[in-house]
Amino acid sequence: MTTADHNTRRARDLLAMMERIRAFEEQACLAAERDKLVLGAIHPSIGQEAVAAGVMCNFNRDDILLSTHRGHGHTLAKGADPLAMMRELLGREGGCCGGKGGSMHIADFGVGMLGANGVVGANITIAAGAAHGLKLQGSDRIVVDIFGDGAINRGPFLEGVNWASVFDLPILFVCEDNQYSATTKTSSVTGGPGAAARAEALGLRATTVDGNDAEAVADVTAEITARIRAGGGPEMLHAITYRRTGHTSFDPAGYRPEGESEHEAKTNDPITRQRAVLAGMGLSADELDAVHTAAQSEMVQVLADAAATPFPADDMALQDVQDIGSPAQGAY
Amino acid sequence: MVKMTFVEASREALREMMQADETVWCVGEDLGRGSVFGQYLGLQDEFGPDRVADTPISEAAIMGAAFGAAMVGTRPVVEMRFSDFALCATDELVNQIAKARFMFGGQSRAPMVIRKPIGLWRSSAAQHSQSLESWYVHIPGLVVVCPATPQDNYSMMKAAIRCDDPVVYLEHKNIWGMEGEVDTSLDIELGNAAVRRLGADVTLVSWSDTANLCVQAAEKLAGQGVDAEVIDLRSLWPWDKETVIASVRKTGRLVVAHESVAVGGFGAEVVATVVEQAGDALRGPVRRLGAPRSLVAYAPNLEDKMRVTEQMIVTAAKETMGK
Repeated sequence: MTTADHNTRRARDLLAMMERIRAFEEQACLAAERDKLVLGAIHPSIGQEAVAAGVMCNFNRDDILLSTHRGHGHTLAKGADPLAMMRELLGREGGCCGGKGGSMHIADFGVGMLGANGVVGANITIAAGAAHGLKLQGSDRIVVDIFGDGAINRGPFLEGVNWASVFDLPILFVCEDNQYSATTKTSSVTGGPGAAARAEALGLRATTVDGNDAEAVADVTAEITARIRAGGGPEMLHAITYRRTGHTSFDPAGYRPEGESEHEAKTNDPITRQRAVLAGMGLSADELDAVHTAAQSEMVQVLADAAATPFPADDMALQDVQDIGSPAQGAY
Repeated sequence: MVKMTFVEASREALREMMQADETVWCVGEDLGRGSVFGQYLGLQDEFGPDRVADTPISEAAIMGAAFGAAMVGTRPVVEMRFSDFALCATDELVNQIAKARFMFGGQSRAPMVIRKPIGLWRSSAAQHSQSLESWYVHIPGLVVVCPATPQDNYSMMKAAIRCDDPVVYLEHKNIWGMEGEVDTSLDIELGNAAVRRLGADVTLVSWSDTANLCVQAAEKLAGQGVDAEVIDLRSLWPWDKETVIASVRKTGRLVVAHESVAVGGFGAEVVATVVEQAGDALRGPVRRLGAPRSLVAYAPNLEDKMRVTEQMIVTAAKETMGK
């Protein structure tokens, strides 16, 4: 395969993954708002798909991922089954956590996804520890930890990044900067120049990238992961993107300047940008539309299948708490 | 049988477990120098700095990182130095470690031992003296143990390291130097109480160092014509209801004593359970002893106001008998 073929294939894979993430989340939002099938909060990453696709294409299935409450895209890109994920959002049997976690606690240990997290920044120390464990075991696997811009103002950011630096751990920290901390503009509550500078101050190499440029994210992550796999220690990727939805699917985001989100959608959509890249490589509009249609069909079917799945058995409420002193054995 | 102090007992147990299982490692501050009370003395020389890891003063990272390392297949023993400092890692313990297995539908385990030295220790004041065991009992997912003798600290440390659940391991700072005979072949299952003294008249239920005080009080009571049975729960979750209830059915009388604040303490759980399940057997008023709902002061006379004493236990036991 020539380099050009390789580039075209990766570009097409990036588009396909972003289309699948977008379609999954659009269906999830419909399931929440139209169908009232998603009962809890979901936090869409619509408009941020280039970070998930571009970062994760450089990680293997047995590498480790920890993610956030806004983690559907990362999880899909790590290889999780969208039907198991959608079942989880609907709280159904066969969900990746048996319907016990929901959107904010999705985990799929089978693809190295050790958990989304409902507590901002909490995944940072845990991810550093996963890398610590791998290093103790002499493993050649590496870890990627994704958190938002809001997380850098929490203590675990300092503690976890310092930990990775001190113990020289094989981990990539990705600050997926969508510019909003829940409903507050992050720049208004953040001292100093932000994520990359903070990581550098703790001894990490930090790289900033346009997080809506899937090609750039994939390229720079490839360079970083090569260094980490070669024993170069932890690094930080600061990917700047934009959150097109509210904090949750139900948040109308009236706190944003008027037209900001619409302007981003029109001028800086990562899928539109990737289609342009592929058009430049010679793909036709029909070929690109086919990628879109396939993703849409897949996720429409996923929602239909998930909705047809029963809720978990009642006794699961007492299962998997602990081995000794378990409520399933009447200890309560 | 080998003579050991309380601190030597858990250190020897840890050493044996580290020799037997290379996935066991220790993580915390100043471990290379033995930590605050010498719990790790010599272990870094024997096992190296990777398995006896000195960390930054970074409680949230110690707890969180140990959890991450547990999820990928290691068995960390986490040192929190003083139980008070573990409050800096409350999210990591309560929201993450305790919940992961359930929340992720059984995909993960957190086989960890979380050591938190507890208790009054002369003039350590309000931030180095607490016993918050009842908090942890309230958190589903955690196992909670409070050994009170060298034998229990030896056998229960081994059991805690073998356990696939996260174990909150509460050692009392006042008894590190307590000596006792240890049978290194004795296994103790977590959740089983020890009957420290057999008696017929009144049941004294306690744990941690207050259980030792109850044994002393029982000897004093014996001289006053009261035959007290002393139950050292050793584990607070799960706890040995059967042994307590069987004892109360025999004696008809109950005193529960603990060092921590009485209000909302685990003593209330013991009393409520006995009333629910053996209330018909009670032949006298129940007594519950604990600290007043105040804070531990530095001045020795003020600190002493927070102590349950031998005399208080003696008096309470007699009261249950109408004496």
